[in-house]
Parts: sequence; C-alpha cells; structure tokens
Amino acid sequence: MLVTEQDRLRQDIDALVERHGHARSALMPILQEVQRNYSLVSPYAMQVIADRLGIHPVEVHGVVSFYSYLSEKPKGRYIVRLCRTISCDMAGKTRIARQLENDLGIEFGETSRDGAFTLEWANCIGMCDQGPALLVNEKVFTRVTPAQVHEIIAECRAIFGNQAHQLREGLHS
Amino acid sequence: MTAAHGNPSGGPSGKPTGGLTFATVDSEAGLKVALSGPRPDIVMKLRESGLRGRGGAGFPTAVKWTLAAAARGEQKFVVCNADEGEPGTFKDRVILNEFPDLVFAGMTIGGRAIGAREGILYLRAEYTYMRDALEAVLERRRKAGLLGANAGGLAGFEFDIRIQMGAGAYVCGEETALIESLEGQRGEPRNRPPFPVDTGFMGLPSIVNNVETLAWVACIMAKGPEWFKAVGTDKSTGLKLFSVSGDCARPGVYEFPLGITVAKLLEAVGGSDAKAVQVGGASGHCLPRSEFTRALAFEDISTGGSIIVFGQSRDMLEVARNFLEFFVEESCGQCTPCRDGSVKLLEGVELLEEGECSTAYLRELKGLSKTMQLASKCGLGQSAPNAFLSIVEHFQGEILGRSAAGI
Amino acid sequence: MVDKNEDPLTVRTPRSMQAPAGQAATAMPDAIGGTIRAVIDGQTIKVPVGTTILEAAKELGIRIPTLCHHPDLCIAGVCRICTVEVEGQRTLQAACTYPITAPIKVSTSTRTVRQARRHVIDLLLSRHYGECYSCARSNNCELQALAKEYGVEFFRFGQKEHRDHEIEDSSYSVVRDMDKCVLCRRCVRTCIDLQEVGVLEAIGRGDQTAIGTFMNKPLADVVCINCGQCINRCPTGALREKDHIEEIWEAIDDPAKHVVIQTAPSPRAGIGETYGLAPGRALTFEMNTALRRAGFDKVFDTNFTADLTIIEEGTELILRLYNALVKKDPKVALPQLTSCSPGWVKFIEHFYPEYLPNVSSAKSPQQMFGALIKTFYAEKNGIDPKDIVSVSLMPCTAKKFECNRPEMADSGYKDVDFGVTTRELGKMLQQAGIDLPNVPKSEFDDPFGGATGSGVIFGATGGVMEAALRSVVEFITGLKVEDLYEHADIVPVRGFDGVKYLEIKIPDAVGPVPDIIKHLVPDWNWAKGATLKFAVAHGTANAKKIMEDIKAGGKFSECHFIEVMGCPGGCIGGGGQPIPTSPEIRAARARAIYSEDAAYAIRKSHENPAVLKIYEEFLTDGPCGHKSHHLLHTHYTARGKYIA
Ligand SMILES: Cc1cc2nc3c(=O)[nH]c(=O)nc-3n(C[C@H](O)[C@H](O)[C@H](O)COP(=O)(O)O)c2cc1C
Ligand code: SF4
Ligand code: SF4
Ligand code: SF4
Ligand code: SF4
Ligand code: FES
Ligand code: FES
Repeated sequence: MLVTEQDRLRQDIDALVERHGHARSALMPILQEVQRNYSLVSPYAMQVIADRLGIHPVEVHGVVSFYSYLSEKPKGRYIVRLCRTISCDMAGKTRIARQLENDLGIEFGETSRDGAFTLEWANCIGMCDQGPALLVNEKVFTRVTPAQVHEIIAECRAIFGNQAHQLREGLHS
Repeated sequence: MTAAHGNPSGGPSGKPTGGLTFATVDSEAGLKVALSGPRPDIVMKLRESGLRGRGGAGFPTAVKWTLAAAARGEQKFVVCNADEGEPGTFKDRVILNEFPDLVFAGMTIGGRAIGAREGILYLRAEYTYMRDALEAVLERRRKAGLLGANAGGLAGFEFDIRIQMGAGAYVCGEETALIESLEGQRGEPRNRPPFPVDTGFMGLPSIVNNVETLAWVACIMAKGPEWFKAVGTDKSTGLKLFSVSGDCARPGVYEFPLGITVAKLLEAVGGSDAKAVQVGGASGHCLPRSEFTRALAFEDISTGGSIIVFGQSRDMLEVARNFLEFFVEESCGQCTPCRDGSVKLLEGVELLEEGECSTAYLRELKGLSKTMQLASKCGLGQSAPNAFLSIVEHFQGEILGRSAAGI
Repeated sequence: MVDKNEDPLTVRTPRSMQAPAGQAATAMPDAIGGTIRAVIDGQTIKVPVGTTILEAAKELGIRIPTLCHHPDLCIAGVCRICTVEVEGQRTLQAACTYPITAPIKVSTSTRTVRQARRHVIDLLLSRHYGECYSCARSNNCELQALAKEYGVEFFRFGQKEHRDHEIEDSSYSVVRDMDKCVLCRRCVRTCIDLQEVGVLEAIGRGDQTAIGTFMNKPLADVVCINCGQCINRCPTGALREKDHIEEIWEAIDDPAKHVVIQTAPSPRAGIGETYGLAPGRALTFEMNTALRRAGFDKVFDTNFTADLTIIEEGTELILRLYNALVKKDPKVALPQLTSCSPGWVKFIEHFYPEYLPNVSSAKSPQQMFGALIKTFYAEKNGIDPKDIVSVSLMPCTAKKFECNRPEMADSGYKDVDFGVTTRELGKMLQQAGIDLPNVPKSEFDDPFGGATGSGVIFGATGGVMEAALRSVVEFITGLKVEDLYEHADIVPVRGFDGVKYLEIKIPDAVGPVPDIIKHLVPDWNWAKGATLKFAVAHGTANAKKIMEDIKAGGKFSECHFIEVMGCPGGCIGGGGQPIPTSPEIRAARARAIYSEDAAYAIRKSHENPAVLKIYEEFLTDGPCGHKSHHLLHTHYTARGKYIA
C-alpha cells in the first residue's frame, strides 16, 4: 500500500474512533464502517484500530474472522449472498446458484476479476416465505427466478460501469 | 432497481399484516400507562399476564425483569434481540417494519421497569436495509419527547435507544453471545451463571428480550393482563406470531393463540398434506404426521415461531444435512461437543446418504447427540442435534440402507 | 478453605466472567455467613459463596477431570470434560465454571457424566494427530492421560490420519503443531491475559476455528517475545520448544569439539520434576556429575556471570545516578531497567521501544558467560574458540532466541551455541541412562568455580534486585547489609506480588568508594540522605502496568532501578521449565532457590573471589570499562509493534 493510502486509512480510522470512542465496545461499529468503505479490513487497518482501542491486533483479527460480514480479504463492490438454508433450498436455490455462477463466471466464495462481484452463500436471511432469496449488499431480492439473475446482475453492472467514482454511494443506496 | 424486489414488510408479498393484533394497539397508550403508575406495577402486570419470552426459550418476562430490577449496578441496559437468525423465522422483521413503535415503547417500558437509561437494538446484518427507517423512527420519538431526558413526559426518567448492527453470526442471537458482540468480542457465549440480569453488557445488569416479546409488553400495558391472557393456555398465555415457510399454499407471518395444534396451523396455511413439519427452526424438532396433534405451547413444543412445512416428496435426510451444515458453520467453535459433534453428525448423514452407516454407528451418533444436548455450553450446541435425532427417529425407514446413487 | 493461593497477577476480570460477587447473598437463604452447603457424591461440605464445584470437589478429594482449566488462567469452560450432574438442572454443568451460590447437590460420576466425558475425549481424539510415540509430550500429555483414564481402546469417531497443517517452526523458541491442538485456548489466555503480549487468539468460527497469530503469520514475524509460557500451559504436544538435543549429542560425540555447559539456577530447582520428584528439590551438584557423565567437557555455573552482571549493572546504575544527580546530565535515562530476561527485553523492544535507553546495557548472565568462554577461558586454556561448543542450560525458551541475536557474537564467534531448556536436558539425561536423583554430587569446574548466594536467587522474581541491593547498598553506605536486613535477606522484594516497591534511605554517613569503581565516582557525598526507589515486576502483564505508569509520569517513573522478569514468578516459572506449572509449584521451586542462597558462605556478588579475580586478570579496566563494554554489554533493537 502506498504511504498516502495508509495515511488516509489512518485518518479515517481516527475519525471513526473519535465518533465511536476508544472503548472496546466501539470495535464492531468501527470495523463495520471500515468494511463498508474499503470492502475489507486490511491488516494495517486492524493494527491501527487495535492501537487506538488499546487491544492486540490478533484480537481484532479474531473478531474479523468470526463474523461473516467482515473480511480480511477484499470483497467485490457487489456482494451477492444467496440463501442456502432449508426453505430457500426447497424453493429452488440450486438453480439460482448455478445461474449466478454462469452469469458471473465465478464460483461461490470467489470475487470476479474486475472486483465487481463476490458470490457467497448465506444462511437464512429472514425471507423464507419468499424464497429463493438473496441479498446484493444491503438490498434483498425474493422469489428470484433463474431468468431474473441476469437482470439483477446487469443492473449492478450498470451502476458499476457508469458511476465508478461514486461506487460507495451507489453500492449502498 | 427494477428486478424482483423483496417485500420486507408484509408476509407473503401483498398479504396485508393489518390483521395482526399489533395493528390495533396504540403503542403510546401502553407507554403512558407504564410511566404514569408506580414502577413495580409494570412487572406486576407482566406477571399477571403470564407473558413468556417469544424468542424461543419462553422464559417468563416478569421474572427476568424482576431480577434485573433488583440487581445492583450503577447502570443497566435494555437490549432488544433483533438478531432473528433461526432458519425459518422472519416475524421480527415484519414487526420491526410495521410496528417499530411498539418495540421501542416496549424497550422504554423495560427501561423504566428495571431502571435503565440506555436501550440497544441489536439488529442482524442481513437486516441493514431496515436501519435507516428504524433510525428515523427513533429520531421521531426523540422529537416527540418519547425518548431522551424526561422520556414520555416523566420527570427524571431518562431513556434513549441506539441501534447496533450484527455482523453475520447466528450464534449472536444467543443472549450472552450477543452481549459479547456488543462488547466488541467474538460472539462466543459466556458461562452461565452468572446471567445477564446481573452481569450483562459491560458486566452490568441487562435484560435481553426478543422483538416480539417487547411489542407484547407494550400491548399488555395498553390493554391489561386480562386482555392478554384471554387466549392461549394456562402456561402459555396470549397470542404468538408464527413464521411459516416451506411446502404450503400460503407461507407468511401468522398470528395464533398459543396452544394451537400443528394440524390446525397447517390447515390455516394450506399445508395439510405435509409429510413433516419442522417446529422451531434448525434448532427445533421435526414432527411426523403422527405428531401433528401436538400443541405449539411452551408446555408441549416450545418455539420461537418458525414453522417449516415439508411436502410428501421431500427427502428428510437432505433436510438433516441442510441443518447440520448450518450448525457446523454457525457454531461459535469454542466448545468440544458442539464444534466437533456437529461435524461428526454431518459426516454421519453423509454415510447414510452413501448407504454406509451401520446401525451400531447410528446408535453411537444418537448417543453423541445426547451428549451434545447435555454437555454443550450454550443453547446452540444443545439443540444442534434435535433435528437430526427426530429425523433419524421418525424416518428411519427412509434413511437406512440407501444405495450410493440415491434412494 | 479453598485457599487458592493464586498469583495476584492472574486474578483479572476474565473475559467470560466469573461468579458475580453480590448476587448470591440476597437470593440465597442458606448463605449465612457467606458459606453454603454443597453435597457432592453424597459428601457434604461448606464452601464460601462463589466457590466452583471443581474447587469444592477437590476439597473433598473428589477428582473431576479438567482440560481447558488451568490454575494460572481465567476460566474458559470450553472443553466440557469436567461436566457433572447438578440436581434440578436440565443439562450437565461444567464444574470448573459453576459457582456455588445456593445449596446444591452434585453427582460427578454418573453413567451420563461418564458417557459425556468419553464422548468429549473421543471427539478431541478424532481431530488430534496422535503420534504419541514420537511426540515431545508423550507421558506428560493431558489428552493422553485422559484417554487412558477413560479407557479409550478404540477411536469411536475415527482418528486423524493426515496432517492438515505444517509444523510451524519459524521461531527460535516455540514450535507449533496445530494438528495436535485441542482448542482448549490455554495458550490464548496465557498470551493475552496472563502475559498481555497478544500473539495467539482463536481465529475463525465453527469447525474452522483454529488458534492463530495475527494474519496467521509465522511466529518469528509477529510480536512473540519467546517467553514460552504458552508451552508451559499447553496440555498437549501442540506447542513445544525448539529442540537442540540431537545437535548437542553430535557435538559431544565429535572428539574435535570441546563442549562446555553453563547451568542457570532455576533448572536445578526444576529438573527433579522431569524425574518425577516433587517440585522444590534442587539437584545442583548431582547435575554436575550427570552432565559430565553425559559427555560435557566442563560444567560451569551461570551464577558466576550473574555476580558479574550485578557488578556491571550495579556500576552502570551508580554511573547513571552520578551523571544525573551530580553532573546534571539531562540525557541520563532513569529508572534503569534490568536486561537479564530476554523475554522482557523483546517485550520492551516491541511495545515500549522509546524506553530502550533505560534498559541496562549489561548482557544477560548467559551471554556474558558465552563471551567469556570463547575469549578468557579459551585463552587461559589454550583452546581454539572455534572448537568450543558452548551450551547453556536455562529455564527459558527466550534464551534460545537471545543466543541467536546477531549482535551476540562479541567473542568473534557465536557466543552461545545452544540454549537448552530444563525439559530438554531432562530428556538428554534420561536418554543417557542417568538416574539423576541418585548420582553422587560434584562441584562446578574452574576457573569460574563457586558462586555466591546472590547469583542463585536470580532465578526468582526479586532476586536480581536483592542481589543488586546487597552490593549497591554496601558500596554506598559502607555498612554491612546484614546490619540493615537480617541475614542479608531483603524480604520486601521477595514473594509473588505482581509488582513490588521498595525505598531505601541512604544515611547521612556514607562509606569509602570501593577500589573496583574508584576511578568512576570520587566519593558518595552526593548520595547522602538520598532516598533510592526500587521496583520489581514479573510477568509481562505486570511489566506493562509499570511501563504505562512510567509513561503517565506515575510513581514508578520516579524509581531509580526496576527489575523486570518476563515470566510469572521469574525464571523458576520460565517457559523451559518442567510441565505442569502452578503457583504452588513455582513457590516450591523458589523455596529451593532461597534455601540454596542461605547455605552459601558468600552471599554478595562483589565478594565473589572469582569475579574479583577476572577484573584483575582480564577485564583490567574495571566494570563498565572498555573491555567489559566490548564483551559484556550490548545494544537493543527498536522493533515496534506494527507488522508489515
Ligand atoms: C443459538 C441461539 C440463537 C438465538 N437466536 C435468537 C434470536 O435470533 N432472537 C431472539 O430473540 N432470541 C434468540 N435466542 C434466544 C436468546 O438467547 C434469548 O433467550 C432471548 O433473546 C430472550 O428473549 P425473550 O425472553 O424475550 O424470548 C437464541 C438462542 C440461542 C441459543
Ligand atoms: S454450544 Fe456451540 S455455539 Fe454454544 S458455546 Fe459451544 S461451540 Fe459455541
Ligand atoms: S512464547 Fe510467549 S509471547 Fe510467544 S506466543 Fe507464547 S506466550 Fe505468547
Ligand atoms: S495450542 Fe495447546 S494450549 Fe493452545 S489451544 Fe491448542 S492445545 Fe490448547
Ligand atoms: S523470566 Fe527467565 S525464563 Fe522467563 S523469559 Fe525471562 S529469562 Fe527466560
Ligand atoms: S431459508 Fe432462505 S431466507 Fe430463510
Ligand atoms: S475444564 Fe471445565 S470446561 Fe474445560
């Protein structure tokens, strides 16, 4: 990482610490915002956060590795999380999964080379009566049909392509 | 976006939730009652109502609140458990979408009852899309004087609520894991005792309650305990929301009095020809048709309200596998029976799928299941083998002696 | 009863919280006078509120097996081997976590309990790469013992037949074999809670949970201080020291090599345990014989350089005080911090590098000895230093790292070739068929010969301070320490309090400056009436407390001299000492050391004739002189805590 990038990250973290406080109980909100803004919690970020909160970097790593929504590796701009739990399974998640893999050209657990998409399994996302259900970042899609997979992805790509500079906003709208 | 958007609010898309009792209760009426009377009246009314926790375990809410009220601590906390991660459960999502005021009123009432100044709503990461709306409701309540200094107009009563997001871990629905998460730790359940009512968030007395429980608290305050316990059974009073999914005609959120039989419920949702029903989500039990006469009540089958219907053509071993995969991944990983036991059960299911599991080994796995139920540290491990056990018990004919290719 | 006799330093608020203090009294009618009646397997006992079932059972002589529990650490309750039946409870309860706050009836060995324990063992074995015959911990492994105790005669849930992890041996000190890990997290609690270094933590979730380092980097690349405390508390062979037994045998077998060994005080107090003796019996002189029988050419006493350290470090302290107080040199760094514990040295290099100028530049006794053996001793005996293989027997895994520091080659060669631990030497002697407890006694070899009691007590926390004070106080006041402290036992710095503090007022009458440092300070007038302040800390968690206080300008920043030992209890509790460890075991080893001190005729470093002689013959420009600076002093590396 370039020094300037590290500086920016450090400043961001300092601002977050300013807002959420130095107590360990501030850790989750800080990590969540770093994840949201950078698509990962980098090793350097973990160390800066640990330093500011007076805990050990390995403890931060332990926390990041515990939660599915935090990651030490970069995630795509769009994280597609398809529910694989029983109700969605019965509603046909397998075909949606296959179509997602086909259309994105990646497998579950992978990130597309352009950094646009990460494809992941999710455990029950609370849409069981409207399965198969998936989340794209924070947005929920239900009763998804294989044919709609293409539509959902195309829409994300459009945003990704057109507003590359506003990704952070577009992503979480 | 134009593609098939989810409908986070309603039950099945389009099905109005206006029919729920929550739609008929004025959230602020309950708050007013709770703030105007003497403090102990609140738990007294709750005790009379017989309200038991709607999160699954069914612990009497009045007892929990009484303990927390009596516990010493320079500060106390009201925590609303909106981690709703149990497979097949989605009623809390609906409540938070449609009736957030009831939940926040319930939390405020809890604050008054136990002497807390801070409330925390722990919202699962998967529900981030609801956050802004909930924040807006909180802001509106602050402006209306329902939160903050002299909350609800009660001089000297200070209470506010903040939202903290989960980060994708089912186990954080377990109350002590939830507290660990709030404290910035890995979501690993604590040793109990001590219990959160005296050693909770930051080591201080805390009550952790389910979203629905808190909404009912507001209702009970508004309408009185008699109104509440007019329905239900002696030990399971009142109404309960059920999240129904799977092979039925009309999945969605339903409201029934506790004590309703499985058969009756199936009838209402259009699932009468089911082969089996999973009550209580992945950690619940799988009932075959012969047990459809059982009652959904704490004294019979306790449940947080997840009902998953399996049609005649479903392969029950696949169901067991799906649940065990869930537990292998969602176990917090700290204690031996749960972490390693779930793996062994899943491997057992694989053996069954291959048709390579001896009856003797299956018996061994049943023994292991019992150990998991008894010796695991928290409710997750204690209930992880439930589905496996009931499927193995009730559908033995279906799962033994398969050929590798399938049935 | 239930006198836990814990190190105060281990009593911290555990993350998963112990018994609530206030809760019981109000709710429990039986809690009269703060005690409660517990019935365990039909036997009745009264225990204080909050006593765990495990502790109560122990009082009754009922054994409940444990695995994740350790007397030095906070309670985890994760292995679930200790579960018992508690009347009225739906599930089994972990005896190690369950606080008795109400009358209680417990059964510790019902069919259900035994079955559950057996299952827990079976599950652990199914994920454990068992190769006991080739494992460093065979016969001293808690998992193996449990399997035997519960009659495991087949692997109910299978056995791990392939490795999933490579053995991680990047560190000079600690080897990690994660295929043998049972996830008891004792190492995590040791490293984070007990030592507050923060290298190890549980990483991942569910079946993927594993003990890892920051970003799973090799141990050599993270902030590990090599203290080995995690090894001491690991129940299995998942953590062990890097072993040099084979290399040493090879050197011994090579006729061209002159193999010498120096032995530190703590291993003598511990090695008996590797032969099954109760802790607390020193085998100093038996070991001398045994080492010669094993093939070492010379056996030296590290206490000699411990005495030398006191002279060098004490002189350095006097110089710092003189320069600060008399010459008013603002650059003098005070308090002076001890440097003989390499675990502590690496700790300060990582976490408080800005305070490195405070650390005494004197080498540790091991490294002083190493430098002298390949110079002074080689010269004196006409041996080519390249043919000398210098081994040191230490209680310590960090010494293995220390002797591999690139700067530790002032003799022109690697000053110390191998640091071996008490545990390794125990194995070597057993391999050589030596029945250590029963061999005749013999003396150390010259020219370093006998030491003083001061050198011996280096092994226990407060020992370096006591030794230093015995000399420095005598130097300055001209009085005998015996006149100030009975038997020259400076009791205030003894014992296992995490942090100890002591003030000594210099009287208005001072003595003459001893010859040995006359060229450095002209007189003691400047010290008249001064109050000198000292502190002692052991375990890096306590060191951290002191350093934070110094940073904040608190009372320890006004100290003149502070002893810090990296390990809880000091070196007697070192990471290379026999396993198991507990407060009681460390106390027994300390007693052995102090009684050895008491038995010495000479108990002050500056009275050691061999030390005085080396200043006459070899280090002729005196303590902190040019030659001693070259051979006996060193410098440190500011490492910082960020990892690239
Ligand atoms: C693994 C596990 C997951 C749980 N998940 C939830 C949950 O998502 N929501 C919830 O309200 N309770 C959940 N619980 C139950 C809580 O621990 C706790 O009992 C509940 O929040 C108490 O609230 P109540 O008394 O109002 O039901 C879970 C328990 C376990 C063991
Ligand atoms: S039962 Fe499972 S989730 Fe609960 S503490 Fe044990 S490993 Fe963690
Ligand atoms: S040797 Fe010490 S610092 Fe290193 S991992 Fe072990 S306990 Fe931690
Ligand atoms: S390495 Fe040893 S001490 Fe650490 S968790 Fe594994 S078995 Fe326990
Ligand atoms: S205290 Fe002793 S055993 Fe521990 S690191 Fe220091 S020198 Fe080694
Ligand atoms: S099972 Fe897919 S959302 Fe619940
Ligand atoms: S020793 Fe009690 S749970 Fe491990």
